[in-house]
Amino acid sequence: MTPEQIVYRFKSQFGDKIKTVKIETKEAAVKKNKFSIVWLRIDREIFRDAVKTLTDIQQFPHLSVVSGNDLGDEIELLYHFTVNYGEHLKEIPVNICVSVPKSDPKIPSICDLIPGALITEREKQEMLGVEVENIPDSRRIFVPDDFPENVYPWRKDEKGIPESMIKKLYEVK
Amino acid sequence: MKYTLPIGPVHPALKEPVLFEFELNGERIANVDIKLGQVHRGIEWAGMRRNPVQILYLAERICGICSVSHPFAFSMAVENAAGIEVPERAEYIRVIMAELERIHSHILWAGVAAHEIGFDTVLYLTWRVREKVLDIIEYLTGNRINKAIFMIGGVRRDITKEQIPKVREALDYYKGLFNKLVKIFLHDKTIKMRTEHVGILTKEDALKTCAVGPTTRASGVPKDVRQDYAYSAYADLNVKAITPDIYRKKFAGDVYDRIIVRLFEVKQSIQIIEQCIENMPGGEIVSEPKIPKLLAILKKAVGEGIGRHEAPRGEVFHYVKLDGKEAPYTWKARAPTYNNVLAWIPMLKGEQIADIPIVAASTDPCISCTNRVSVIKGRNKYTLTKEELHKLSVEKTRGMRNGIL
Repeated sequence: MTPEQIVYRFKSQFGDKIKTVKIETKEAAVKKNKFSIVWLRIDREIFRDAVKTLTDIQQFPHLSVVSGNDLGDEIELLYHFTVNYGEHLKEIPVNICVSVPKSDPKIPSICDLIPGALITEREKQEMLGVEVENIPDSRRIFVPDDFPENVYPWRKDEKGIPESMIKKLYEVK
Repeated sequence: MKYTLPIGPVHPALKEPVLFEFELNGERIANVDIKLGQVHRGIEWAGMRRNPVQILYLAERICGICSVSHPFAFSMAVENAAGIEVPERAEYIRVIMAELERIHSHILWAGVAAHEIGFDTVLYLTWRVREKVLDIIEYLTGNRINKAIFMIGGVRRDITKEQIPKVREALDYYKGLFNKLVKIFLHDKTIKMRTEHVGILTKEDALKTCAVGPTTRASGVPKDVRQDYAYSAYADLNVKAITPDIYRKKFAGDVYDRIIVRLFEVKQSIQIIEQCIENMPGGEIVSEPKIPKLLAILKKAVGEGIGRHEAPRGEVFHYVKLDGKEAPYTWKARAPTYNNVLAWIPMLKGEQIADIPIVAASTDPCISCTNRVSVIKGRNKYTLTKEELHKLSVEKTRGMRNGIL
C-alpha cells in the first residue's frame, strides 16, 4: 500500500473523525530514493478502530513507541507505527496522534491487538498521568515504587516535577 | 514445589541492571517478571531544558555503545522537524560510522556470550580482535567510544583520501578472520550444546512483542530499518536483512540463531563500508558549519519529526517537537532493548536456571569502556599513554597540595 492509499483507507472509513492528514515525502542521499511519513490526527472515539484498520493493512504493525506532548488543556499521545516492513524501501511510518483532555485523561489499551504495546503504555501512565483503560498490567515500570503519587515527569503544569525534587549537582558542596 | 528466585538488579550473571523475578518449578522457569528503571536517569527531562546541539552530546551518552545510533536518530528527528537538508557526503560518513559501531558491538557481544557459557578463551580472543575496529574509530574520530562525530545537518569530521588505506586494511583484517570466527562460534561442540534449542523466540512471538534487531531477525522476521526504510546513505546501498537461513535452512529462533545473525551482520557491515568508500560523493560535510547560526535556525523552527536508525541491537527511535524556543518542546528517545524486554518472557519460560545468563545476554547487553584519552587539535593527534595520564594526575595532586599548603 502506498501512503496515499493508507490515507484514503482511513479517510473513507472514518470521514471527518480524521482531523488532519499530512504526508511528508523526502528524498535520500545520491540515488534520491523517496520515503514518506504519514501523520494522522484523529478523534479519541475512533482510536481503537483506527488501530484495527492498521492491523488489516498488516497483521502485526510494528509499534516503535508511544510518545506524548503536554499541550496545556490536552495531552497528545503519538503512536508511532510502521507498516510494510520486511521489504526493500517499502516501510511507511504511520503516526497516529490522539488528544485526550486533562479533565478526562483516558485512552483505551491496545495490548489485545498489539501485545508489544504494554511497556510503552505503562510508561505513559506514570510519565504523563494518562489512564490506559483495560491495561493488562498497570504497575509502574521506570519510576521507583517510592516516587510520589500525582507527579508526572513529562507534564508541564503543576503536576510536573516540582522544584523541590530537583537536585542541582553543581550546587552540592 | 514452586518458589521464586530474584536475580538482579546487580548480579554477576547479568551485565545490565535489571531485576528478574523467576517463578521456578524445580530447575525449570515457570514464569518471569521483569522490573526496569534501576538506571532511569531522566535524560529526556534533562534534554527538554537544553538546546538541540547540547542534546546531541547527551544523546551520545544514553548508551555506552550506541554512541552513533542515538545521535543519528536524534539528528534525523531534528532535521525532519526543522526541514534541514543533509549533504550527500555527510550521509555516507554517517553510515560508515554506524557500521563501524556495529562491527565493534557485535564482536563485543560475541565475547560476552562466550563468557556467559564459561568459554573465557573465546572472550579474550574476540575482545582482542575487536581492538582493530576501535583503533580505526579512534583514527577517524579521535575517540574509541564517544565519537562526537554528529552535528545537526551533517557530521563534524571528514574522512580524507589519506585515511582510506588504513580503513581498508582493517576491513581486510576482519575479512580474513571471518571464517575463523564462524568455525569457533558455529562449529564448536560446546557452544552448540549450550545455545541450540535454548531461549527460543518463535516468529509469531517476535512479531507480537514488536521485537527489533537481531533478536527478531533470528526468529525469521526480516525487519531491518536499513533495508525497509529509505534513510541516509542506506537508501542507495541495497541492504538485505539477515535471517538465520543464510547459514542453515531449518532454524528455531534460539540463541544459536542469534549468533548466526550477528556474525553475518559483521560481514555485511564490512561490505557496506566498502561500498560507501567506493561511492562516496564529494562536497560539504555539514549544511551549516557555524554553530551559533545553526542554533538561531533551530530556535526559529516549528514542527515535529521522527528519526529511526538500525542500531546494533535494533531500531532506535527519536521523536522531537520544536516550538520556536531554545529547547525542544518534547524529546522522546527509545532504545532497542525497550522493545526486546517483552521478548525475554517467552524466551526464558521453560528454560533451566543455568541458562538464564546466556538467554538474558542473547538480546545483547552493553558495557561502556574508555581507558585512554586522545587529543585531536585540527589534524594533529597525540595520544596520552597511561603513564602520561598518571604523571598528569600526580602533578595535579601535587599542585593542589601546594596550593593548600
